[in-house]
Amino acid sequence: MAKDKILSFERALELYEPVLGFEVHIELGTKTKMFSSAPNEFGSEPNTNITPVDLGLPGTLPVVNEQAVRYSISLGLALGCEIAETSSFARKNYFYPDMTKNYQITQSDQPIAYDGSVEVELADGTIFHVPIERAHMEEDAGKLTHVGGSAGRIQGASASLVDYNRAGVPLVEIVTRPIFGAEHNAPELAKAYVAVVREIAISLGISEARMERGNLRCDANVSLRPRGQEKLGTRTETKNVNSLRSVERAVRYEIQRQAAILEAGGTITQETRHWHEDTGTTSAGRPKSDADDYRYFPEPDLLPVVPGRELIEQLRSELPEAPAARNRRLKGEWGFTDLEFQDVVNGGLLAEISSTVAAGATAQAARKWWTGEIARIANTQGVDAASLISPENVAATAKLVEAGTLTDKLARQVIEGVIAGEGSPQEVVDARGLAVVSDDGALIAAIDEALAAQPDILEKLREGKVQAAGAVIGAVMKAMKGQADAARVRELLLERAAQA
Amino acid sequence: MSDLIRLSAAELAAKLSAGEVSAVEATQAHLDRIAAVDGDVHAFLHVSDSALETARGIDERRAAGEQLHELAGVPLAVKDVLVTTDMPSTSGSKILEGYMSPFDATVVERARAAGLIAIGKTNMDEFAMGSSTEHSAYGPTHNPWDLSRIPGGSGGGSAAAVAAFEAPLALGSDTGGSIRQPAHVTGTVGVKPTYGGVSRYGSIALASSLDQIGPVTRTVLDAALLHDVIGGHDARDSTSIPESWVSMAAAAREGQSGEVLKGLRVGVVKQFSGEGFQAGVEQRFAETLTLLQGAGAEIVEIDAPHFEYAVAAYYLILPAEASSNLARYDSVRFGLRVHPQGGGTVEDVMAATREAGFGPEVKRRIILGTYALSSGYYDAYYGSAQKVRTLIQRDFNAAFDQVDVIASPSAPTTAFKIGERVNDPLSMYLNDITTIPANLAGVPGISIPMGLAPEDGLPTGLQLMAPVRADDRLYRVAAAIEARLEEGWGHTLISQAPALGGK
Repeated sequence: MAKDKILSFERALELYEPVLGFEVHIELGTKTKMFSSAPNEFGSEPNTNITPVDLGLPGTLPVVNEQAVRYSISLGLALGCEIAETSSFARKNYFYPDMTKNYQITQSDQPIAYDGSVEVELADGTIFHVPIERAHMEEDAGKLTHVGGSAGRIQGASASLVDYNRAGVPLVEIVTRPIFGAEHNAPELAKAYVAVVREIAISLGISEARMERGNLRCDANVSLRPRGQEKLGTRTETKNVNSLRSVERAVRYEIQRQAAILEAGGTITQETRHWHEDTGTTSAGRPKSDADDYRYFPEPDLLPVVPGRELIEQLRSELPEAPAARNRRLKGEWGFTDLEFQDVVNGGLLAEISSTVAAGATAQAARKWWTGEIARIANTQGVDAASLISPENVAATAKLVEAGTLTDKLARQVIEGVIAGEGSPQEVVDARGLAVVSDDGALIAAIDEALAAQPDILEKLREGKVQAAGAVIGAVMKAMKGQADAARVRELLLERAAQA
Repeated sequence: MSDLIRLSAAELAAKLSAGEVSAVEATQAHLDRIAAVDGDVHAFLHVSDSALETARGIDERRAAGEQLHELAGVPLAVKDVLVTTDMPSTSGSKILEGYMSPFDATVVERARAAGLIAIGKTNMDEFAMGSSTEHSAYGPTHNPWDLSRIPGGSGGGSAAAVAAFEAPLALGSDTGGSIRQPAHVTGTVGVKPTYGGVSRYGSIALASSLDQIGPVTRTVLDAALLHDVIGGHDARDSTSIPESWVSMAAAAREGQSGEVLKGLRVGVVKQFSGEGFQAGVEQRFAETLTLLQGAGAEIVEIDAPHFEYAVAAYYLILPAEASSNLARYDSVRFGLRVHPQGGGTVEDVMAATREAGFGPEVKRRIILGTYALSSGYYDAYYGSAQKVRTLIQRDFNAAFDQVDVIASPSAPTTAFKIGERVNDPLSMYLNDITTIPANLAGVPGISIPMGLAPEDGLPTGLQLMAPVRADDRLYRVAAAIEARLEEGWGHTLISQAPALGGK
């Protein structure tokens, strides 16, 4: 495949105005599926979380999951949407082997939620209102694995395996209206918007919203129009964008790629594009046109959903704080500086830090670990920090430091171990033998040994040349393989000098 | 012919519970009858090899003193549109040849729980598309009254099985008349309950908003007894009505003995007469109305101006829903799989399978429905058809402001010859003109025998329709009319059916 030409981002923005749009799919964390009693669980053996309904066997009928409706209403409310008094399901007809019925039950004319707005704060403090067109309920499809080809792609594959565990998992699809005016901030806004939606879902407790598992998936629509032109340009829809940083990169790449085509006098093809994490590029997928005909019609097997004012108001009263308001509150509660807080927001780590604090860590410790060591590893691996380690494990590590069991340096090794799958922090400490030597006797013995090798040091210390302590502390730390608290060694050394 | 098979289900049930007959005897008698006549009739696609064992179980439970359901031990024929775990379920199609369901349809489950003995699966037009059972992929069923004629459709197998005394009870499905029109042409009783009155779970869907499962029997009381077994709310069918129902059997018994016809307001639809209606059918209908008047009923002519668009609307809504419902038959998870020559993609396999597995009528309707739902045509076809549907519901509402029930011939003609209309889909579709409005409006309808047409000596049926949820009214009135008619004839109509199998 020929590599696409791209224009520099700055030049692209000079010539064209980017217009964005997003379709975010969130898998709801209900116990059972959208229309069946099959368990809604991730990671089970293929084709075990299925009932005849999920396989679309002859004679089966769907039944709406009430909890999924409640979750969808809560999400709609949190997105500032109106909730439809009557909402109905429709069939979207198309043949594909991951669809057991060869139609998807979704919502068309009457989505459960519509006309909302989400407040998104950018790094420079700008507040952006992303307009939400609708949020609708639907069922997920199964998962295809192509075998015999390269890297699991369908090209060159000799066969495909289907796992229907995911078929029928409840989804809410959140569709924005076209987003204008993001300009240079377009890639950042893309990431920040998805991060906010993710935070909302997590704070509502309706989804784990883990992008690496596909709990939250984003399709990014990008189009460019020449400066001064009213008419919208042709858009592409980039799929398979499975991390926050990919959202940012994919939008940036599409702007640059489309700009290069337009500048060369070409036209943009309306199509689905696939994001490739490894190369940081997109490639053409299925051409998409208005001729695509899904033959939507009202789903005759289901009655309309009529939630009733009372339920809607009850769910509204139970809503957690809106993210922007919550951010302002948390910043105060945690005592972070503007810079520190922005770091957290940009890293999409608010939810993680909240959970880590809730699990018993101090806010500063939580911030330090998430934006420090964990973010560093995430960056190296090209994944989101949240996918690496649980807030509980971060809190447990922080508590070990606080208790003096670990030094910061040792704690970094513990974090590494937990991420590498070696178990809980305590298990890593035990397995790797990482605990700080807190036995003063052992430390004093090591100090004496170091002093014996450098007898003039005690003299220097007594003369008040405190910097001389460094050499002894270094030697002790070395002898203790780093598992000593340097401050304590220093204390003991100075006591020793004072004694003699 | 064994006397056991000529009994109504209620009579057989009485003998079973009195211990005069065992379930094994009753089952064996019907299996023998099937063996004797079904070669000619071809009502069954599959005969159970476990029915006798099931019957033995019922006898043992009865012997042990267990309190069994009134109908326990009575044989039941099951239309092949309903899925069963112990017999294949094909819906009359090659694409499902040999398909075994991992679950029983709710109605089958309830019938089994009541101790009914499922003795076999009955023939039908492929995926219930048709009015003659000629569109079955497994060959046509023959009308027991005249083997050269159709038994109606799509449920010709169930109606013929009951008419030929191969089973006292059968289950059918009615999307546009598939229970009532076969009842009409075979001299039997068929009921399409209120939409939502009987669970559709496990019924292989044709058109979800129209399909309804119902009883096929030889008497009104039998239909009511079976209705009580299969009806009522089912959480697995979202369109199933949650409210409880009164006993249909009690209503039928009340109709048999009481004076329910006195003061009954019977509506006659202006639009259901004239062109297309056979003279003998109209004659029997007129006589039945006279009989009703004699019994104190008031006949009221009603205008249902939108009924004339019912067939047109139906043949857009049904194919549209069917085109989607039948999309799942793609060879990926179950059913027939045909590999195209030289291999191919999954799309090629799907296409080859559907090409080979579906018959011409099914393909015709899938294409029609796909077209009707296409963007750009949706409003003109599917959208307009739904509006007509609403107008027909209003016609019914207006009519039921004036009358208690609506009466009509169940179909315009008696049974036509096999092969006569198979290449003329339009004339086949028009045979459902009287039955389709009830499906579009969701109201209940029943067909009971109303005599033989003088010109051809073939059965005709009287259709009664009532408002939504007034199924009990249908049974009450139909049982009363049945009693009056039989009193006049001096026998049941079905007793006039020719003997079969050379006996």
